[in-house]
Amino acid sequence: MDTIRLNYILHLADNALILGHRNSEWCGHGPVLEQDIAISNIALDGLGQARNFYQSAATIAGNGATEDSLAYLRDVIDFKNCLLAEVPNGDWAQTILRQFFFSAYQYLLYTKLQQSNDGQLAAIAEKSLKEVSYHLRWSSEWVIRLGDGTEESRTRIGNALEFLWPYTGELCLPAGYELDAASNGYGVDVSSLQSDWHQRVSSVLEEATLAVPETGWMQSGGKQGRHTEHLGYILAEMQYLQRAYPGAEW
Amino acid sequence: MSTTKSEWPLWEIFIRSRQGLDHKHVGSLHAADAQMAIENARDVYTRRMEGVSIWVVESRHIHASNPAEAGALYDPANDKAYRHPTFYDLPDELKHM
Repeated sequence: MDTIRLNYILHLADNALILGHRNSEWCGHGPVLEQDIAISNIALDGLGQARNFYQSAATIAGNGATEDSLAYLRDVIDFKNCLLAEVPNGDWAQTILRQFFFSAYQYLLYTKLQQSNDGQLAAIAEKSLKEVSYHLRWSSEWVIRLGDGTEESRTRIGNALEFLWPYTGELCLPAGYELDAASNGYGVDVSSLQSDWHQRVSSVLEEATLAVPETGWMQSGGKQGRHTEHLGYILAEMQYLQRAYPGAEW
Repeated sequence: MSTTKSEWPLWEIFIRSRQGLDHKHVGSLHAADAQMAIENARDVYTRRMEGVSIWVVESRHIHASNPAEAGALYDPANDKAYRHPTFYDLPDELKHM
């Protein structure tokens, strides 16, 4: 079994699933009907990307693994998503900013992943890029609206910026399996995305009249399975049914 | 007006389902401005492949006829069948009328 390839694809899948699950928590709770639908659409896009990656991972994992067993029967330490994906939704501003940071990263990542020598990964990247392009456009608009909006919206997005910024360092800090995946031609060396990411994020923050934070100490560990306390709660809710009623279908 | 604006304005949404067809009114939604109205329309009205083009018009810009005047406006046309172009004898050479 190609463990490195498996870990790399699981990392991509876990990012999409966990962020998608977080966004799905807004379903029925959005600030207005139209935005409730928008964030739910984005959640579903994430779930769709996760399924594609998990299906690809399942063929490598063998042993009867399926997309469902990979999503619902692994524990916290097995998940390889970035910490940014699992931080709580907070208010609308925090959810928007998290999506914006992540979409800017996924946009650059998928653009390069289209060149992967793994045909399946390249195809998933190409399909997902269209979705992510819209997520990036939508979240950018919102960051600008909130930053350059009312006193309250500005305070909220400012707080979100302060809270989320330390979680952004991990996005472009490659794990061992990412470097191996890149040198074998099927993955992307995310450290090569760093300056582009910073530039894109800065230009939107500036348009939102928000100060770009200094890059200081950054959180990391998610890619290696060292997570915040939040992931356990996400998995508890997400996996409960399959754990309590193995193989349940409806 | 001193009332606080707590709701975004209403927009009427028009979708063209395929190239070559007209934009058709599909419904309305709330949005802060035209840009957001287009994005909201994309998320609300085209998520099942309903369209290839979106028009949005703020509802307050639509001027409508008054339903109470329907009698005066439309009923007089009822007994004027001669306005339909069916009373002309067409030459046989004309095929596509």
